[in-house]
Amino acid sequence: MTASDRPKLAVWKFASCDGCQLTLLDCEDELLGIAERIEISHFLEASSATDPGPFDLSLVEGSVTTPQDAERIQHVRAVSKRLVTIGACATAGGVQALRNYADVAEFQAVVYARPDYIDTLATSTPISAHVAVDFELRGCPIDRGQLVEVITAYLAGRRPDVPAHSVCFECKQRGTTCVTVAHGTPCLGPVTHAGCGALCPAYGRGCYGCFGPSDSTNFPSFIPLLRRDGMDTLDIVRVLRTFNTAAPEFDDASRKELDQ
Amino acid sequence: MADGAAVIDKGGLDTLIAVLVARGRTVVGPTVRDGAIVLAEISGGDDLPYGWGVELAAGSYRLRAREDGAAFAHSAGPQSWKTFLHPPRERQWSADRDADGELVVTEDRTPAPSYAFLGVRPCDLRAIAIQDRVLTGGLYTDPAYRGRRERAFLVAVECTEPGATCFCVSMGTGPAVGPGYDLALTEVLDADGHRFLVRAGSEQGEAVLAELPRRAADTATRTAAQERVAEAADRMGRSMPLVDLQVLMRESLTAERWDDVAARCLTCGNCTMVCPTCFCTTAEDVTDLTGDHAERWRRWESCFDRDFSHLPTGPVRDSSHSRYRQWATHKLGTWYDQFGSSGCVGCGRCIVWCPVGIDITEEAHALNREREGADRKGTP
Repeated sequence: MTASDRPKLAVWKFASCDGCQLTLLDCEDELLGIAERIEISHFLEASSATDPGPFDLSLVEGSVTTPQDAERIQHVRAVSKRLVTIGACATAGGVQALRNYADVAEFQAVVYARPDYIDTLATSTPISAHVAVDFELRGCPIDRGQLVEVITAYLAGRRPDVPAHSVCFECKQRGTTCVTVAHGTPCLGPVTHAGCGALCPAYGRGCYGCFGPSDSTNFPSFIPLLRRDGMDTLDIVRVLRTFNTAAPEFDDASRKELDQ
Repeated sequence: MADGAAVIDKGGLDTLIAVLVARGRTVVGPTVRDGAIVLAEISGGDDLPYGWGVELAAGSYRLRAREDGAAFAHSAGPQSWKTFLHPPRERQWSADRDADGELVVTEDRTPAPSYAFLGVRPCDLRAIAIQDRVLTGGLYTDPAYRGRRERAFLVAVECTEPGATCFCVSMGTGPAVGPGYDLALTEVLDADGHRFLVRAGSEQGEAVLAELPRRAADTATRTAAQERVAEAADRMGRSMPLVDLQVLMRESLTAERWDDVAARCLTCGNCTMVCPTCFCTTAEDVTDLTGDHAERWRRWESCFDRDFSHLPTGPVRDSSHSRYRQWATHKLGTWYDQFGSSGCVGCGRCIVWCPVGIDITEEAHALNREREGADRKGTP
């Protein structure tokens, strides 16, 4: 395929750690194949060459935390035919959304010698709070296989196969014994979105929800289970307030927990 | 008695495994791993869970040491045999575009493994028969399942140690072994030693039994074996209401109890995946980056998955209420209409492995009480 035939891909960074976009570079076996089929025309982690667009597919990492980014995401949307968010920051606001529960001016005064240099918003919000998003890929970080699946599905013109059910499905499919039932280990698996392949339970640890809520959660029934297995209110709020703290289901559950 | 029953000791059990391995079989049996008695490939008698039992409750499973050193005195574990006969993920075909642009489809014909399952509990033997009916009994059969099933050698072990979540007696599926085994064992531990009463249920079973160091079954061992199984029947931790469950489900579609269980259900899907008869799958189409190679895989799906009933307008069963009701009424009710039997064998796995401990027997009792209450109210 010649350069002009290939769809153009852009990778964008907002407030984030870069881990999700680096997942694209981690696709060592598939990277050449991807580059053959797609023109990676804007990806600052890989090349300083930039392209004004428009782009067929944009992968957006990070959340919106500054007035400039709130404007920039509008531009990204305008130059992208299809916009896919990658990771917990872009999809749910990231760990930096903890600021949503606090006074940002106070943080600035404590952390920075010259707070007046800082121009930031009071909240960290997901991309979908600002522009229409065509697909959201979960995870902190995203799963490499799922990223390749999203790109492959795009090339084939089909829907990506990214199930939104619980992590329990993945535990059972890989034959992991349930850590909650067999060991009393607190685990967010029953309310967490699949996609990681149930990595933590396979190593005897409870899931800590880095893919955010599944599409079918029941926190009023689930929270007492965490308590039974030794978590107190603070533990429960902490485990819900991590990378996906601003995901509506996690946010709502942690607020209710504190309100009791 | 000339029924060919024999008695083997622990050494005989070791030989059984060796004989099956020597016949080229992959022997799968219970073994301790990750704090549970799981089903996995075993290479010798040492892999069996001698001296391990389990303590079961709704939403809880704990290993506990047994003083008697029994190998099979544990209840159903986290997996069932469907993990092997009806695996979680399986490729069905692949397709490639050839040089002329033509699509060439290749059906996946990986030779079926030749399994020997050691320690199939009577409830699970019944569950295998139910999956046989579902996956090979109708107009369309699943050739991959059939291949694995036809080549499998089943060593059943009668249940002498039911768990607190077991209810096979009320489902009519145990604890004595039913038909369908190649060999059936009953474990006996008493002053006369640790031994196993063995019967063959097929020609292959007879041939294997003939290779084991054994003695003819004595009356004492036969009696002890019968007593152990009879005692087990009296120690079931749970039971279903003694009513026609098919009718109960049919008459309970609008019961208020479904709201109650829906408030507890996490819709996590664990019950369906540990269930030895749940068979639902979904198709997963995989393409590679070139678009010249595609594969179709089949993977376990669950009626608790919101996407399971997804139609262009959205999921038909959006609420946990409708999903739990669908599962329970199919398992205990409409399964009869579809496959001529109950879909439940009373193994209790769905009770144990439900993180919040939803108990299908308790739900059935509650539905029955609600129906009785409604009947009383309706009586003039």
